[in-house]
Amino acid sequence: MPTSPGQIAFTVEEAVRAAEELGTPVMVKAQVHTGGRGKAGGVKFAATIEDVREHATNILGLDIKGHVVGRVWIEKASDIAEEYYASFTLDRSAKKHLGMLSKEGGVEIETVAEENPDAIAKIWVDPVDGLTENECKEWVTAAALPDQAFDGAVAILMKLYEAYTTGDADLVEINPLILTPEGKVHVLDAKVTLDGNSVFRHEDYAKYDETQTRDERETAAHAKGLQYVGLDGSVGVIANGAGLAMSTVDVINQVGGSPANFLDIGGGANADVMAGALEVINNDPNVKAIFINIFGGITRGEEVANGILEAMQRVEIESPIVIRLDGTNADEGRAILEPNLSDALLMEATMLDAAKTAVELAQ
Amino acid sequence: MSIFVDETTKVIYQGLTGSQGSYYGRLNREYGTKVVAGTHPKKAGTDVDGVPIYANVAEAVQATGATASCIFIPAAGVRGAVMEAAEGGVTFIVAVTEGVPAHDEAHFYNQLKRDFPDVQLLGPNCPGIISPGKCNIGITAGHIAKAGGPVGIVSRSGTLTYQALYELKQKDIGVTTCVGIGGDPVPGTSFIDCLEAFEADPETKAIMMIGEIGGSAEEEAAEYIKDHVTKPVSSYIAGVTAPPGKKMGHAGAIVSGGKGTAQAKMEALEAAGVRVGNNPTEAGELMAEIVATL
Repeated sequence: MPTSPGQIAFTVEEAVRAAEELGTPVMVKAQVHTGGRGKAGGVKFAATIEDVREHATNILGLDIKGHVVGRVWIEKASDIAEEYYASFTLDRSAKKHLGMLSKEGGVEIETVAEENPDAIAKIWVDPVDGLTENECKEWVTAAALPDQAFDGAVAILMKLYEAYTTGDADLVEINPLILTPEGKVHVLDAKVTLDGNSVFRHEDYAKYDETQTRDERETAAHAKGLQYVGLDGSVGVIANGAGLAMSTVDVINQVGGSPANFLDIGGGANADVMAGALEVINNDPNVKAIFINIFGGITRGEEVANGILEAMQRVEIESPIVIRLDGTNADEGRAILEPNLSDALLMEATMLDAAKTAVELAQ
Repeated sequence: MSIFVDETTKVIYQGLTGSQGSYYGRLNREYGTKVVAGTHPKKAGTDVDGVPIYANVAEAVQATGATASCIFIPAAGVRGAVMEAAEGGVTFIVAVTEGVPAHDEAHFYNQLKRDFPDVQLLGPNCPGIISPGKCNIGITAGHIAKAGGPVGIVSRSGTLTYQALYELKQKDIGVTTCVGIGGDPVPGTSFIDCLEAFEADPETKAIMMIGEIGGSAEEEAAEYIKDHVTKPVSSYIAGVTAPPGKKMGHAGAIVSGGKGTAQAKMEALEAAGVRVGNNPTEAGELMAEIVATL
């Protein structure tokens, strides 16, 4: 797909050198894993080398929605006649791939969808058949792109679909797709979200994962293979199963507390996994109490109880722990925990009571 | 009566020779499920705990008359395994495996709809299906469920499914069938498929539906309930307080662009006459109230 020549830069000096090589004017663009960069001041036009120096200085280190800019893309500036939008994503309701094309590019597509939904031409593609060139042409016609953009847009959209499917992307988005005053269709900016589940057939995706912005806690949890999402509160959460972990976060909020994290340790709850989870939570300075919420399915209550006790011996825990243990052989599990209960290790019979106790302890 | 499976259902386990497959295959068999065969391309003629292994699903079907298959093989092979099962002649497929790429799921979903419209796929990334006392295919702990009725359960989350079964058992309420549809973006079986089957099942008198953030399956289910379900429904949606843009464990559990929030789902369900609890316990209590009035 036709794109503008450009170079990556990690420092102001590198940015200046890139601009000198490319020749001004250039664009200085923050490279972060989030949208809305322009609004946050992360995309600037630089007419001169002095401008490049100034913008690169301001943008490098800038915080955009929690993502600190560590690199900028220096790109030859383009003359723009018109701006379009194009994307492919999976429509979970239709269970087909959804292509969206709009004459109104350069702004967030959500805004267009709300204010002028008719300006978006949609196409649903059956994954088994793929996208044919004729269907693509009808789609571009439906979007009412001008004649001079027609062939260029069709060619780019066919390639975009190929990139989307062969790359196992959750989303490929070109915004804006531009028409230059000379009548060329050109990709000016793009966003790609890859499906983490497809890594087994895309070995090279590991290097993209390394550029993810994660907070320290998320990095530590990720290294231990734990499903962790950092939140802002004071009650650390450990639960088995994504649904139960989400539910635990909800219940803590419902009783007036604030969860420090979402953490799913999976179906089992052996000492190794539990110790790893406790370590991650314990290293979070905001955590004032820990709520361990386990429902034994296949895993029996006594295994869970022994796992927790062993993990507590291995990790020095600074906050009080509240346990709710239910499900298979819960009575046996609770009997094992009973003699070990103290101010540092409490047990409650229900999820709601355990949440209340943990929230009280955190306050 | 149960939906999708019953005590006569014969099941093939694709991946029975693997560690997960042999473990859960044995548990399912001990529960009473008719585990009649396993498959492995290179181990035909051998057996696992006395269960014969065939080279593929077609041969296993021919030899045993099985109508269902349960897939316990790694994510990379699931697309091939699902199609092998359908081509082999089974009509009900349970794919337990998690981590299947979304594009694969979309592909085999559409291929099944076109070439094998009578095949019902459950999953991937699901705990399976249990009709207590009759049949248990997948990874649900059988003893946490009380057999009988009058409640049918459908859920997107594994542990919350167990939680629901357990809450009902504590209240001495039985379950006709509990279906875990899984937390992935393109589930083979939807809430609506299950609601339709429960509505048609005379022994199911009430339905419990457990959803979570992400997508619009719960909103679509709410529309369906309004128009087609006469039986009382209670519900719980996990992830009320989930931060936007973050995947909460399940690949499908993400609030994006303001869509897929728990709040919107709860409102849609309430508008359809569903009684919605704020946590799993409350949803169980609501169901107990419903059952008391039946």
